[in-house]
Amino acid sequence: MTVRVHSDAFDPGAEVNAFTAAADGAGAVVSFSGLVRDVAGGLQAMEIEHYPGMTEKALAEIRDAAVRRWRLTGALIVHRHGVLAPGEVIMMVATAARHRRDAFEAAEFLMDYLKSRAPFWKKERTDAGAAWVAARDDDEDALSRW
Amino acid sequence: MQVLYFAWVRERIGLPREQVQTEAATVAELVEELRGREERYAAAFADLSALRVALDQELAEFTDPLDGVREVAFFPPMTGG
Repeated sequence: MTVRVHSDAFDPGAEVNAFTAAADGAGAVVSFSGLVRDVAGGLQAMEIEHYPGMTEKALAEIRDAAVRRWRLTGALIVHRHGVLAPGEVIMMVATAARHRRDAFEAAEFLMDYLKSRAPFWKKERTDAGAAWVAARDDDEDALSRW
Repeated sequence: MQVLYFAWVRERIGLPREQVQTEAATVAELVEELRGREERYAAAFADLSALRVALDQELAEFTDPLDGVREVAFFPPMTGG
């Protein structure tokens, strides 16, 4: 049940393999990776700021909530901060469970909460300048289904 | 107490953190004090609906008391993931 926050790049494939190898008794592993996306064109970099201390606590609370709600044999959250290039992996979650429904639902829950309850802020640097990414109402609305 | 600012709140105020001596009883009272300091604070705290607050690293409300709180953080809605 691991949470990691760092600026270093990581290999989500290697993470899933290690997670799967350690997922004793699981019949299902679900993983999700989020990438830096160039929405409007001209994106040079994505800067991700976070709140050291609170970030780790918030992610651990989100993970604990998922563990209480679904029958998981493992859960992993990895999130980067710092300056990232388009196409780079920002973050990933993985869940392991005896049955796939628990793994799928818990992974979606982790993502929904991570979007609007973990203290990260994204800033896009483009040819035209830099701008903070605004939070989306539908990210907040997504929490209501849980 | 330590007051921390993140993202555009930090940029508008021009500081990541500062030590603040205050008698404010609630977050809202602290915000009023900060607003009254200088234009850059007034600008950062102009619209509270665009801001979130954490007390000792837990999300909180602007109406919450500051009793025993050591660290207050102001920031825009989060954009993780």
